Amino acid sequence: MQKRIALIGNPNVGKSTLFNELTGLKQHTGNWSGKTVGVAVGKYKNLTIYDLPGTYSLIPHSKEEEITSEFVISNNYDIALIVCDSTMLERNLNLVIQTLEVTNNVVLCLNMIDELSIKGISIDIDALSRILGIPVVGISAKKKKGINKLIDAINNFESNNLFKIEYKKEIEDSIISIGGVNRFDAIKKIINKENKIVNSYLFDSGIIPLDSIMKTIYDKCNYIIKIVVKKNNKYKYKRKIDKILTNKITGIPIMILMLTIILYISIVGANYPSSILFNFFNWLKNIITKGLIIVHLPSFIRDLLTNGIYQVLTWVVAVMLPPMAIFFPLFTLLEDLGVLPRIAFNLDGYFEKSNACGKQALTMCMGFGCNAVGVTNARIIDSKRERLISILTNSFIPCNGRFPALISIISMFFILKNKLFSSMFNVGVLTLLILLSVFITLIVSKILSKTILKGLPSFFTIELPPYRKPNVIKVIIRSIFDRTLFVLGRAVLIAIPSGIIIWLLANISIGNVSIINILSNFLNPFGRILGLDGIILVSFILGFPANEIVIPIMMMTYLSNSHLVDINNLNIMKDILLSNGWSIKTAICTLIFILFHFPCSTTLLTIKKETSSIKWTLLSFILPLIIGIVLCIIVNILFCLHF
Amino acid sequence: MHLTDLKIDDVAIIEKLNLFDKEIRRLYDLGFVVGSKVTPVLLSPSKSIKAYLVKDSIVALRDSNASKIEVEYAKENSINR
Repeated sequence: MQKRIALIGNPNVGKSTLFNELTGLKQHTGNWSGKTVGVAVGKYKNLTIYDLPGTYSLIPHSKEEEITSEFVISNNYDIALIVCDSTMLERNLNLVIQTLEVTNNVVLCLNMIDELSIKGISIDIDALSRILGIPVVGISAKKKKGINKLIDAINNFESNNLFKIEYKKEIEDSIISIGGVNRFDAIKKIINKENKIVNSYLFDSGIIPLDSIMKTIYDKCNYIIKIVVKKNNKYKYKRKIDKILTNKITGIPIMILMLTIILYISIVGANYPSSILFNFFNWLKNIITKGLIIVHLPSFIRDLLTNGIYQVLTWVVAVMLPPMAIFFPLFTLLEDLGVLPRIAFNLDGYFEKSNACGKQALTMCMGFGCNAVGVTNARIIDSKRERLISILTNSFIPCNGRFPALISIISMFFILKNKLFSSMFNVGVLTLLILLSVFITLIVSKILSKTILKGLPSFFTIELPPYRKPNVIKVIIRSIFDRTLFVLGRAVLIAIPSGIIIWLLANISIGNVSIINILSNFLNPFGRILGLDGIILVSFILGFPANEIVIPIMMMTYLSNSHLVDINNLNIMKDILLSNGWSIKTAICTLIFILFHFPCSTTLLTIKKETSSIKWTLLSFILPLIIGIVLCIIVNILFCLHF
Repeated sequence: MHLTDLKIDDVAIIEKLNLFDKEIRRLYDLGFVVGSKVTPVLLSPSKSIKAYLVKDSIVALRDSNASKIEVEYAKENSINR
């Protein structure tokens, strides 16, 4: 029989791991709250599984929790499968009891059951099942233990729920008088004070609905825990790692060091495969060109294919693939380990001073991967004002599409004689740039919250989940397939039409001057003010669909002027740039402009979707642009004064 | 006494939450209920936020919020580590 399963649970209980294990879908999991933003649907044999965003309660606070609450209360599924973290059963039971007020068809899954013995806890699963009147199954989603048992429990499920929770008489009266589609629907309405008669009735009886209801639920949880959970007090919560990672002296430097190490490994590790790819693509290009000559293709089509599409495409792959294939897995490892919430914890003071939400540190970190993802993830922020701040500032953080550009320019222009020192110097410059973008994020957040998004920081909490050993091989496979290939695929898709457009712009001439030169000549005076040039600006404009192709476009355009074709390493690239008037100043201004210009089209569309407002979308376009322009002009003036 | 008056590793019991409804709801979700045991365990480098051990999980609260939670020392005053 077909069954629809709603997968519910607190954040961080391994819901998505279980979901992936069952459905084979490659949903990204991470060790922090708010990974699932939206409902993912997957199939396992006869089961259709809806993976809902993690929530602590069915009374929502944030946009993503609302999705879960509505889905669960609508009761439009056959079985609610609640996943709990066995090591924190008491708090998790709150959600179980709330769900039992919606439906009797609940299966409880105690995940991470293998961690219990380490922590000296034992749970009487049979007793828990008896008290709640529902099947309870202990599993370890990560170690794939108990999953068959869980499936059996779902397939053989019969509704035999005997569990009852009784609130104070006045609350019970109110539930009856409100009605609603189920008991929890009524409870939610009571807590949200939606019914005036009930409100005044409860007020007159001296009852605060929220306090009274939650007290009843938590007393029940406490009562259940006392019966089913036995704790061996020998185990103490270990926080040696946290003591170091959040220490007032070592905390922040360690974070920066971690970032630097990841960048170092990505940059140095990417050099070699990058040059192999360049050489391979050049070799292949010669073969393709010869082949095309043999089949007598008209020369302009041949040129369009090889110097247009092929060139841009292979550029994007050779420049982007190696650093991404290293950066993403490393970043994912940190994420799965549970480091990101600690980063938010360490940086929260700065965000509080900027009148912003500490969770903005999380969306900022997601921005390193992709700004569109960072913008979507801002849903984890409860306050609308703080959510907007987080969305508007997200593109200040260089995403993976921009890293290769930053890296290649830095390694061309910031060189030391010693090779080892040189790469360390490169990483240092890149780290400084990232710190600059974080700094600007904080300043702009502050300015926004003092002007158009006025307000004080709202109530803020964040859970620091236990560190959990990630499955390294899975992380590598998943991050390469999900993220690397996804981002690369997007870049490749855009590179093909872009290659055609750029080639056409470079090869169609009006009165002996190519269109691209007309454009760049037009923008040149403005570019000069910014310490850039017209071609750089044109490249950024043409790179609007995806930042990955900015550098390739720039190189193509310079090339179309200098009639050079083979580029197989950064030295040749640098020579081309130098011969086109680049200096260290141009490099610095370009780096700044890469950090701050306008979000790519995907990010902008996401912002439009998330804010449903043209005003905020426009602002998110203009804001980084103004910052980029101002900073570039300042750098330009400083250079003019000094040299 | 308020939650912010506790020193790291002090064990206390929550007595009262002097916050808005919405904020109290969030605290309830995370296990900060009247009668819950709570222990500050970590202080952020930026000093304005602490992490607390409550109902077996670690939850961070800003001091500006935690100062509105009234607590009393538990009988077992400090957890030995």
